[in-house]
Amino acid sequence: MPATVITYIIRRLFAAVVLLFIVSMITFAIFFVIPKLGGGTPETLASRYVGRAATAETVRLTAERLGFYDPILVQYGHWLKGIFVGADYDYGPAVDHCPAPCLGYSFRTNQPVLPDLLDRLPVTLSLASGAAVLWLLAGISVGTLSALRKGSVLDRMSMGVALAGVSLPIFFTGLISLAFFSYQLGWTAPGGSYTPITENIGDWAYALLLPWITLAFQFSAQYARLTRAGMLETMNEDFIRTARAKGLVERRVVVKHGLRGALTPILTIFGLDIGLLLGGAVLTESAFSLKGLGQYAIDAIKNYDLPKVMGVTIMAAFFIVLANLVVDLLYAVVDPRVRTA
Amino acid sequence: MDRDDLLVAEDLQMHFPIRRGLLRRKVGAVQAVDGLTFSVKRGETLSIVGESGCGKTTTGRLLTRLLEPTGGKVTLEGRDITHLSMSDMRPMRRDIQMIFQDPYSSLNPRHTVGTIVGAPYRLQKVDPPGGVKKAVQELLELVGLNPEHYNRYPHEFSGGQRQRIGIARTLALRPKLIVADEPVSALDVSIQAQVVNLLEDLQNEFDLTYVMIAHDLSVVRHVSDRVAVMYLGQIMEIADRTALYERPMHPYTVALLSAVPIPDTNRKNNRERIRLQGDVPSPINPPSGCRFHTRCWKAQEICKTVQPPLAELAPGHRAACHFPENTDKLTIDPTGVAS
Amino acid sequence: MSSSTGAQNPFLEVRNLRVHFPTDDGVVKSVDDLSFSVERGKTLGIVGESGSGKSVTSLSVMGLHKRGTADITGEILLDGQDLVGLDPDAVRRLRGKRMAMIFQDPLSAMHPFYSVGSQIVEAYRVHNKVTKQVARKHAIDLLERVGIPNPKSRVDDYPHQFSGGMRQRAMIAMALSCDPELLIADEPTTALDVTVQAQILDLIRDLQAEFNSAVVIITHDLGVVAELADDIMVMYAGRAVEYSTAEDIFTNPQHPYTWGLLGSMPRLDRERTERLQPIAGSPPSLINVPQGCPFNPRCAYDALNGDLSTTERPEFRDVGGGHFIACHLSGEERTRIWENEIRPKL
Repeated sequence: MPATVITYIIRRLFAAVVLLFIVSMITFAIFFVIPKLGGGTPETLASRYVGRAATAETVRLTAERLGFYDPILVQYGHWLKGIFVGADYDYGPAVDHCPAPCLGYSFRTNQPVLPDLLDRLPVTLSLASGAAVLWLLAGISVGTLSALRKGSVLDRMSMGVALAGVSLPIFFTGLISLAFFSYQLGWTAPGGSYTPITENIGDWAYALLLPWITLAFQFSAQYARLTRAGMLETMNEDFIRTARAKGLVERRVVVKHGLRGALTPILTIFGLDIGLLLGGAVLTESAFSLKGLGQYAIDAIKNYDLPKVMGVTIMAAFFIVLANLVVDLLYAVVDPRVRTA
Repeated sequence: MDRDDLLVAEDLQMHFPIRRGLLRRKVGAVQAVDGLTFSVKRGETLSIVGESGCGKTTTGRLLTRLLEPTGGKVTLEGRDITHLSMSDMRPMRRDIQMIFQDPYSSLNPRHTVGTIVGAPYRLQKVDPPGGVKKAVQELLELVGLNPEHYNRYPHEFSGGQRQRIGIARTLALRPKLIVADEPVSALDVSIQAQVVNLLEDLQNEFDLTYVMIAHDLSVVRHVSDRVAVMYLGQIMEIADRTALYERPMHPYTVALLSAVPIPDTNRKNNRERIRLQGDVPSPINPPSGCRFHTRCWKAQEICKTVQPPLAELAPGHRAACHFPENTDKLTIDPTGVAS
Repeated sequence: MSSSTGAQNPFLEVRNLRVHFPTDDGVVKSVDDLSFSVERGKTLGIVGESGSGKSVTSLSVMGLHKRGTADITGEILLDGQDLVGLDPDAVRRLRGKRMAMIFQDPLSAMHPFYSVGSQIVEAYRVHNKVTKQVARKHAIDLLERVGIPNPKSRVDDYPHQFSGGMRQRAMIAMALSCDPELLIADEPTTALDVTVQAQILDLIRDLQAEFNSAVVIITHDLGVVAELADDIMVMYAGRAVEYSTAEDIFTNPQHPYTWGLLGSMPRLDRERTERLQPIAGSPPSLINVPQGCPFNPRCAYDALNGDLSTTERPEFRDVGGGHFIACHLSGEERTRIWENEIRPKL
């Protein structure tokens, strides 16, 4: 690997770490600083984590135990320290050690955040990856066909469907399809079903089929439009004319010379999308009652459970950053101009 | 400095830094322009020719101070403008204007021709006698456009007409010097001739001084009083038009001239052909000594080590070469240190 | 018209070619009633400004217009076989094998993601059943033949790692990979520097001598055709206006448009004496081509024949010795104007 690529990777990694820091600071600030600006005190914060009828003393003790009296930077420092070296949590009767990387303990359940998150991850991972395969296949093929038959009935129809796909919200399509395919026809699994892939791959796919299709419908619409636009542009490039002038059959011109050029920009979008989804497909998970990261995030926010919120945010940011890093590296593989410049 | 000199460049230099590695440290520089010294006399047309990458476009941008040089000096009518700030440069822009190559991208497609041509008045806060509209219509007429097309948009015009719009805009403030970067190379032959003639007429009418940046040696011979030949950021030869075309001294000039195809079948077979090998080296790491030595058929040891100075080998005729051509009647020091 | 200009046994013969593009604004008449021919070992230069139809002509010969967009009639005979109306797949099998093309901008004409070598290998293997190794060896030989230094290592480079001149050499290598009998070069040197242009023109000339192919070179530069062409066809607004041997075109041009082109071009080899003599106005829209002679709105001599030029389209006719023009002017008038008004000012 040339030195330029290595420095490129190191630079990107460094940037990724800095980005994660910034995300963590912003999240921290949103939950700790903004309430204070709104007149909140450590006690009002702490009172959320004790029973309704708590005495002032209990509230004060809780606030102290949760570290709410410390200066904000110290609190942030504790949190960071947990990630790198682990932390000890004193929740009254005992002290628990949480090894690095420690995303803290839930204020509500007193359970460490990370194992919880990792528990939820396979659901989200399954949902996102299965849907991604579907939407890539559907989006790219429909987009390519539309571009090659621009203005045809097929093109106009698929672009109409794509417009619907982009504009219909997933809680709508999700619930409608659930009502119809699961409850009416009984073809697909009911909402809330999930079997880990490690147990039974058939059940896993059966349970996720409808969420996959629903999620993929929305995304493939967008990918079909992108692919169509990319193909229309690429097929007008001079190198396509050269490929035809060589006497290549049209299929090879389209696939090897056209798609290869048109798909590169789609890689960027795909990186962003998959990163976002790995952080939790909130709406899809809600619609299908899947216990993934998205649901976890919603619960955490509803309960004002700060360590959980921080944890899930960092996790989501991590995936987005990671996906983008992978995309950047893939670019170097796909486009020799990036690699050798 | 001569009193006739409108613009003088002394040892002008533009190195664009290249940053690499983890910390984006400067690891080298593109030596786009490296030590240009020449002057532009009032009322003349000086052309700067050379192949792509020779630095001619950068030179144009330095002269008009669209770029700030990294070294050397530019003087306009005795005033040093090398490092003037944007705001200090603004009043000078009345005197120096630029015409660009691409008549398609240099005009804002959302503005009417009237707005485009009238823009210099607004920017410089000048009230032309009779108002901006009248002044613009006069300008349009001057460059051969219908003044009633004041309210049309650039896309309604052909390439040649757009270049005329660009020319009208540069003339608004009656500049002294116009730097024209490939003003006709994007145009078809028949339209190119119209614009060349227009530029000539305007020069006569308004006493304009032109610096033409061009690669087409035939057009350059037609329009120029003097010609400077650039190669890899340096001037190889500068001379009066006739001397340069009829008695070129620098081997690079000789090679350039011999490479141009001539539209005459009779001339095809009795021309001396010199074919340079390979391509122009990178300006990041230009050859040592004489920059042309890697492609020169006359190169000797000295050419690899000693950079020949741009020496005056005949009156008004300078060339940077250890072994110049067409110097039979001159005695010169082969090291080039003479004069 | 008969194929009297040069070509006795033409490899490519185009007869009454018409290429129209229906659009929302009207029919774009890009090429109208065009006939020419070129035999093996000879070079035809097609000269014209933008919109003259010269590139559309070459793409029609290669069968490269998008299906359904162009309305093509007439005959395009490649070694006697008519390509107009031929099954598209049969035309495809001729492309790259019997006829090949090189383009103006070698950077955009090559795929940026594939190595130069693999693009040549691909061109060779479409028409030849050989292994990748054999094809690669062939690609290296070709690169060497077109003057790429170190072809063994450069074969794996990507287009962006080549200089402009080397890219055009590689394009030529690609076009020659199957020994085509017809080579069409569309503005092959327009994007190149002048010293590189000279190298490429030399290369095309040498290769033609070696391969004995028929060459059509399309350009706006009269200098380029003077260097390379045996015959020259001058096009204006989709039609041929003059067609003869190269020597004839430069020493005895007969059409006012050709005069205009020559008068518009500054000369490298002569000290300037006169102003340039441009053609007034600009080329017509190909949707509304002027009635009669399409050049009449810009012609300085159209009034010499009353209103003939504006009403009647001039026939493309032989005015002697295989010199064709489309002009209403009589022989005496043309000789008088050329000798007295045009030639002295060039």
